[in-house]
Amino acid sequence: MNDSAVAEHTEHENRPELRHHFADVEQQRNAASLGMWWFLGTEIMFFGGMFCGYLIYRRVYFPEFAVASRSLSLWIGTFNTTVLICSSLTVVMAVRAAQLGKRMLQVKMLLLTLLFGLAFLGIKGYEWREKYVEHHIPTFADYNVIRGEGSLIKGDNAKFLGLDKLQGDPVKLREREAEIQQRTKIFYSLYFALTGMHALHMVVGVGIFTVITIMAWRGKFTPEYHTPLEIAGLYWHFVDIVWIYLFPLLYLIDRRPGA
Amino acid sequence: MATTAVTVERKNYINAEYGIRSWLFTTDHKRIALLYLVSITAMFFVGGFFALLIRLELLTPAGDLLLADTYNKMFSMHGQVMVFFFLVPSIPATLGNFLIPMMIGAKDLAFPRINLLSWYIYIAAALLYLFCIITGGVDTGWTFYTPYSSLFSNTHVVEAGLAIFIAGFSSILTGLNFVVTIHRMRAPGMTWSRLPLFVWAHYATSIIMLLGTPVIAITLVLVVLERTLNLGIFDPSRGGDPVLFQHLFWFYSHPAVYIMILPSMGIISEIVTCYSRKRAFGYTAIAISSIAIAVIGFLVWAHHMFVAGISLYSALVFSFLSYLVAVPSAIKVFNWTATMYKGSVSFSTPMLYAMGFIGLFTIGGLTGLFLACLGIDVHVHDTYFVIAHFHYVMVGGAVLGYLGGIHFWWPKITGRLYPEGWGRTAAIIVFIGFNLTFFPQFILGYLGMPRRYWDYSHMPEWQALNVLSTAGASILAVGYLLPMVYLFWSLRYGKLAGDNPWSATGLEWQTASPPPTFNFDETPIVTCEAYEYDKMPLPEEVNLER
Amino acid sequence: MFDNFPLWPASASSHSLGVDLLYSFLVVLSAVMTLLIFAVIVIFGMKYRRRHGRQAEQIHGSIILEIVWSVIPLGIFFVIFGWGAVLYFQMRTPPRDAEEIYVVGKQWMWKLQHIEGQREINELHVPVNRDIKLIMTSQDVIHSFFVPEFRLKQDVLPGRYTTLWFRATRPGTYHLFCTQYCGTQHSGMIGDVVVMKPTDYQAWMSGGTVTGSLAQNGQSLFQQLGCSTCHRFDVQGRGPNLTGVFGKPVQLEDGRIVTADENYVRESILIPAAKVVSGFKPIMPSFQGQVSEDQLNELVAYVKSLNQQPAGAAGGPTNNPSPVVPAP
Repeated sequence: MNDSAVAEHTEHENRPELRHHFADVEQQRNAASLGMWWFLGTEIMFFGGMFCGYLIYRRVYFPEFAVASRSLSLWIGTFNTTVLICSSLTVVMAVRAAQLGKRMLQVKMLLLTLLFGLAFLGIKGYEWREKYVEHHIPTFADYNVIRGEGSLIKGDNAKFLGLDKLQGDPVKLREREAEIQQRTKIFYSLYFALTGMHALHMVVGVGIFTVITIMAWRGKFTPEYHTPLEIAGLYWHFVDIVWIYLFPLLYLIDRRPGA
Repeated sequence: MATTAVTVERKNYINAEYGIRSWLFTTDHKRIALLYLVSITAMFFVGGFFALLIRLELLTPAGDLLLADTYNKMFSMHGQVMVFFFLVPSIPATLGNFLIPMMIGAKDLAFPRINLLSWYIYIAAALLYLFCIITGGVDTGWTFYTPYSSLFSNTHVVEAGLAIFIAGFSSILTGLNFVVTIHRMRAPGMTWSRLPLFVWAHYATSIIMLLGTPVIAITLVLVVLERTLNLGIFDPSRGGDPVLFQHLFWFYSHPAVYIMILPSMGIISEIVTCYSRKRAFGYTAIAISSIAIAVIGFLVWAHHMFVAGISLYSALVFSFLSYLVAVPSAIKVFNWTATMYKGSVSFSTPMLYAMGFIGLFTIGGLTGLFLACLGIDVHVHDTYFVIAHFHYVMVGGAVLGYLGGIHFWWPKITGRLYPEGWGRTAAIIVFIGFNLTFFPQFILGYLGMPRRYWDYSHMPEWQALNVLSTAGASILAVGYLLPMVYLFWSLRYGKLAGDNPWSATGLEWQTASPPPTFNFDETPIVTCEAYEYDKMPLPEEVNLER
Repeated sequence: MFDNFPLWPASASSHSLGVDLLYSFLVVLSAVMTLLIFAVIVIFGMKYRRRHGRQAEQIHGSIILEIVWSVIPLGIFFVIFGWGAVLYFQMRTPPRDAEEIYVVGKQWMWKLQHIEGQREINELHVPVNRDIKLIMTSQDVIHSFFVPEFRLKQDVLPGRYTTLWFRATRPGTYHLFCTQYCGTQHSGMIGDVVVMKPTDYQAWMSGGTVTGSLAQNGQSLFQQLGCSTCHRFDVQGRGPNLTGVFGKPVQLEDGRIVTADENYVRESILIPAAKVVSGFKPIMPSFQGQVSEDQLNELVAYVKSLNQQPAGAAGGPTNNPSPVVPAP
């Protein structure tokens, strides 16, 4: 065997985490990292299609999208965003702890991450339930944004939607109300599709991080090798960033003081 | 470069382990390539069966063989199976998987377990699609246009859509593996400018796979959701827009055609250089063209929508960009042809396929110019002209390249030589059968025969050309079946190939046929350019079977 | 051209020859390029075939050649693009004074309506040498209106209007195909465009399109225009039941009593608010501009005919009325 082959063989013996087809740990780490970045690229394209559809409909149906957006709870959304950002912080701290070789700190940070992630999902579930109570679920027969608890045409909204001008003409009023029902339905369809897809990615993330936490607990991560933690962290940050785009797009369309 | 002596009973990737578990749980890229080869061939014949029924129905003007609904399912499923379950994975998952690590001097792909996962995902998707076929099939056309697919069709749109959605992940993971492997696992000395053009082609393909496939994924998800949950995103009576579907669909499906052709172009570069005994003319131009095709290919999708209701100005932009994407393809054709100049050319089976590719891809590409031309497209859009065009590039191009590649690397994969006479005969039969099948369709299209027509009894004047086309298809079928026979035969009775029967350049030929599980006994160190044929022994000296 | 083995359809619109010219140019160009490539490959294959003692010459490439064979094709492509773009621009810019015809595509038929009121199914009669603009929509899925002899097509979308304009240049009957897959009978959604000399067209126009009496035509109209939605025969609708109304006195909201004669019926269709029947709200929309004189006659004839038939069977809406074709 030549010299480089000897060196390779030694490294493979000393580093059990080094897989056979890689020459050295550095190459393995680079490959894993590049792989995760490209995968996140595909995720951007995946969400991108839905974002594209959303942006088009928002442009053409702006008033209806705006009032539907206002029906989402700004405070809960903001709080959830904070929770998710904190979870990204704890991920970073877990990676740092791994770099410093601190096993217990890793585990604590990872558990906090899981906690934040689950909290996010729980709060999301609560928000969805709110939509259910207000009859804003687009696929249900009782979908109603005109009358009842989920009415979106009260107060200033009526003016915003052009309903005040139609008060004298019951036929036209009915038509406009039907239109508002339809168009807000599209908003909610996209809302559930986008947040649902995001939540699905969060669930996968929680699953991945559960495994990572167990691995950390077992001491698998050292300052020299913590690649799985790093790339899982990349994934988590990405899911966080998707939310950071979703939040203003869905919740902040046209917030005015007092609305 | 490292060389190895040939002995009779050496361990290779095939006899390294025995038993079905060693195949189903393998992480060896070469075994996974064979797993794909078998599955993809099976799906090819499924799709081919549907094509057979289509051509039989079209022998007569009346719809007298199948019910209208059945015929509509035939062309829909022929398209979906051929595109998503054959053409998109074919070369990358078989030849790409097998060869890329070897060509760059690596022991395996970057993520071997993900490679195996991608095959299982493909199988799951294929099974779901087969389930869809058996329980009644789908009749939306391969393009799933809304609102027909989302609201009106009474067929298994959800199963078909989900199956293709799942297959998309197989594609994404393959692309991911290739990109990371090519970036990070090249042997010492294997710089980007020394990479075989096959690798460049797969790199470009993988970029499209990664960035394009997720869009079709989400599009199909939205259609499935619309059907199951009654959303209304594509339903105009509920404020939705059916044309939005077309934009989302074609945003992937146009780059997808480049996924289907680029790997084949990579094969042609390998074959033409070997059988001209010359380096590639314009290596850099060919490499950069592959990337250019991938990039510009993302910008032209709405040339499928010139009469769909897009604005005049959008149409102008997309037509213009479509002409730009034609240039790199033309550059490749010229460079391959120039590679033969002052070469030492032999007409082996792979070379016949490659020459066929160049000619037929030229015709296919030129007819693409017709379609990119706004004034002409209005007339020929959605007619048999389009069908002829894409079959020229997909079959005359991609499939011919695939067959050429299978033949070229057959000795490397199996350690056996196929009978050359049969190989050449089959190549010629495919060429003749193909042209007879699809050339009449250009004429039919300009005459006005629309696509997806079950019955044309009001236009009996179209029958003659349809009969010619069906006749051609029967010849083409023979051409496809022959290799199945003699390639199988060669597994047992073919001459032993030796490491490098064609005296070809490339790291894959520097190791045994079949290769050992880890490809190379020692990591090769690369010191020369690709295609240094002046340094290779002449083929006669390597026991080349005539 | 070759009568027994045509390579292209007849030319029947002002557009066809332009398209054929560009097509011919592309065919010649493609044939030349194809033959060139085929020939070069065969010649190189023959001339440079493997022979003992002759080695291949290793040629790297040539920047100049790359540039030449990139720029020249690009130039040719731009010419083709420009030429095609001009044609496309013309075909998508209808002349201002084009005559409008409404088209509704539905699974699996074409319904056409002329301004003057003639309705056709799967057949479109047009005068030769006049600019015609089709205003099209679909009732269900996407269809496409294709006339090969005109070299024109346009997708027909639900929820939207798309337009297609042409000027037919030769009298004759030309094929109309649906060319966007739309379901089971997609290949059956075909018809004819009948281009007529002006005098023949005039004759056709005044002849009426649907065979049958005025009253029968009126009955179809009554359903098509949605009258039967409010003027029901089975239960009390939002409008008066019209059985046995004609010729009798009618009490109005304002107290007047009038006779329901032809003028009354006609006025009620065009200016419904003028005389509102007692006990009913003034919610009937006006059909001014939506019905031609011929159609008014047919409707009047129909209302008259309701005196002879018992209520409930009087052309009651048993099948789904086809939706209203948009007003000109």
